[in-house]
Amino acid sequence: MPARKDFQSSSRLKQIMADHFLELDRAAKQGSPKVAWCTSVGPAELLRGMGYLVYFPENHGALLGASRLATDLIPTANAMGYSPDICSYLTSDIGSYLKKVTPLTRAYGIESVPKPDVLVYNTNQCRDVKDWFTWYGREFDVPCIGVVTHREVGRVEEHHIGSIARQIRDLVPVLEEVSGRKLDMDRLKEAVKLSKKCTDLWKSVLDTAANVPSPLTFFDATIHMGPAVVARGTQVAVDYYEELLEELDERVSFGVAAVQGEHVRLYWEGMPIWGKLRNLSELFAGLKTCVAASTYCNSWIFEAMDPEEPFESMARAYLELFIARDEAYKEEYIKDRCEQFHLDGIVYHDAKTCPNNSNSRYGMPDRLSRELGIPALILNGDLNDLRCYSEEQATTNIEAFIEQIVEG
Amino acid sequence: MPQPCFSGIDVGASAVKVVVIDDSGDILGLNVRRSGHDFEASAKASFDAALAAANLDSGDIVRIVSTGYGRRNTLFSDYTRTEIGCHARGCFHYFPRAITVVDIGGQDNKVIKLDDRGRRINFKMNRKCAAGTGAFLEEMANRLSVPLDGLDSLARSAGGEATLGSYCTVFSATEVLEKIRAGTPLADLVKGIFRSVVKRVMEMEPLTGTVVATGGVVAHNPGMVAILEEEIGRPVLVPPHPQCTGALGAALFARDSEE
Repeated sequence: MPARKDFQSSSRLKQIMADHFLELDRAAKQGSPKVAWCTSVGPAELLRGMGYLVYFPENHGALLGASRLATDLIPTANAMGYSPDICSYLTSDIGSYLKKVTPLTRAYGIESVPKPDVLVYNTNQCRDVKDWFTWYGREFDVPCIGVVTHREVGRVEEHHIGSIARQIRDLVPVLEEVSGRKLDMDRLKEAVKLSKKCTDLWKSVLDTAANVPSPLTFFDATIHMGPAVVARGTQVAVDYYEELLEELDERVSFGVAAVQGEHVRLYWEGMPIWGKLRNLSELFAGLKTCVAASTYCNSWIFEAMDPEEPFESMARAYLELFIARDEAYKEEYIKDRCEQFHLDGIVYHDAKTCPNNSNSRYGMPDRLSRELGIPALILNGDLNDLRCYSEEQATTNIEAFIEQIVEG
Repeated sequence: MPQPCFSGIDVGASAVKVVVIDDSGDILGLNVRRSGHDFEASAKASFDAALAAANLDSGDIVRIVSTGYGRRNTLFSDYTRTEIGCHARGCFHYFPRAITVVDIGGQDNKVIKLDDRGRRINFKMNRKCAAGTGAFLEEMANRLSVPLDGLDSLARSAGGEATLGSYCTVFSATEVLEKIRAGTPLADLVKGIFRSVVKRVMEMEPLTGTVVATGGVVAHNPGMVAILEEEIGRPVLVPPHPQCTGALGAALFARDSEE
C-alpha cells in the first residue's frame, strides 16, 4: 500500500497545540488572563487585541470527533432535548461537559476545558453556534455576546460590512467590562496584522497542493490547520506556517508526493469525518488518490484582514467566507478550485448534522459535474456522529468512484 | 490445449454467487448459496461447486476476481473490484449499448449509468437506509409470515394494491400492521410492498434510456420488474441469471485483466 508521507513539522505542531491548551488551563485556574470562548470564525483578533486568551469550542468538538469520544457523548445532550439532527459539535461538546470527559485529559493531563469569562460567537457559519454558546453562558453565568451575520450573500456590499463592523464594535464595552481593561488599538492592529500574515501563509501552504504530485493532502491539512484555528492573530502561528511552507516547498522542488504514485486528484467538499480521518486517508492513499483541495481547510483564509482598518476588515474577512455566501458564489468557487488544482472529481460529504456545510442537497453535484465534466460522489456521514456513517458503504462508494475515474 | 477459464466471485450481504466463464465470456458453471457468517468458507464452497458444475478444477482457472461486501474475505482471488463496477460490466456484456443499470441487492440498491462504450458516467447507491432493498423485503416477509420466495406469486395474484408512504423500513412495517388491522388482503399488501421498493429506486436517479434490472431481488421477484416497467412506461431488460450479473462482471474483469 502506498505510504502517507509524514511531516517533519509535526512535532512543532504538537507543541503548539499543547502550549495552547496548557496556557488556557493555567489562566482559567489563576483567573488571569481572562479567557474568552470564541467560535472558529468569530472575532478572535479583537479578543487577542484586548488581552484575552482565546479558546475555540469547535476545535474541542473536532478533538472529540477525532478521538472518537463524540458518539458516546452525543446521546447525553440528546437526552436533554438537543436533537440528534443538530450540530454534533454542539451535542458532543455539551455531552463532554456534562459527563466530564475530554480528550485534553489524555493528551495534556488537563481535567477540563477552561472556564470562560465571556463567550463570543459569530453566526456566519450557522445558528447552532449561538445556541451552543448561549447554553454555556447560562451554565457559567457569564456574558454571551456575538455577531449575527448576513447569510446567502452574493456580492459582499458596504452595507454588509458596515453592519458587521458595527456589531463587532458593540462587543467592545462588554469585553472591556469583563477584562477590566480598555481596548488598546495598537494591540488590536497587531493581532489583525498577524492574522493577515497567518492567513497568507496558510493559503500558500494549501496552494502547494496545486502541484502535481501534490505535497500534501486534505487529510494532512485538517491536522496542520490547528495553529490557524487556535493561534490566529499570534506570532506562533506565523512562525509555524513559515516552517511548514518551507518543508512543502522543499517537497515540491524534489517532486515528493504526499500520496506515493498519485494518479487521481480529488476535491473534498464539506466537513471532515473526524473519527474516520485516518481510515479515509489510508483508503485514498491505497487507491493512489490524493484529495488535494477542500472547501473546509480554506475556511481559515481571511484575505481581507487589514491592520489599518481592523473592524471593517475583520467584518469583510468573516463575511467573505464560502459558508456565508449564496449558491452561485459557491459553485464558481468550487469550479475555480477544481481548475486550479487539476482535479479529476469531487467528493461531497453530506454531513447529517451540518446542513450549512453540506452542499450536496440542492442539486449542486449534478450541476457542477455537467459544467466541469468531472464526476461527483456524495458520501453520507457526519462530522462527529459516527452513527450516521456506514464504513462499508462509504468504502464501496469511494472505490467505485476511483474505478470510474481511472477507467475514464 | 484446454481453453483458459476465469472466475468471478460476488460475496454479497445475503448470497455468494460464483460464475466460471471461458475466454468468450460464455458461462460454463455457476453457483449461488447463502453468505452466512463465514464469507471465506462460503466463497470457497461456492467456488468449488461452480467448478464442479463446469466440470473443471481450480488449476483450469487463470484468474479470479472477487466483488461484493465480502470481496476482501476471498483470499484466494487475484484482486477485487467493487460490485458497482462488476454489475455494470456484467450488464453491458449482454446489452452493449448506453444503459441504466438498476441493481437491487440484499443490502443496497444501485443505479449505474453507462455510455455506449460501457464506461460509467455516474452511479448512486441508496442512502444509509434499508428501504427498497432485499433486507426490506425480508423484514416485510417476516412481518407477514410469508416465505421470502412466496412474495412474488402473492404479488402477481393481487386484485388491488396497498399504498405504503414511508421510506423508512420500520415505519413501513407499522403501515403494514395498520393495513392488516384494516383487513387489507395479503396479496395487495405484498404488491404495495413491491411498488414501494420500485419507488425507492426511482427516487435515486432518473431512470433514463434503456433500463436493465439486475440483482438477487430481481431474480427472485420478476413481478417487481413488471411494476418497474409500469412506472417508467417502457420495457425493462433483464440479463440471464440476474442474481449472478455481478459475479459475471467480475469474471469478465478477470478475463480482460493483464494483472
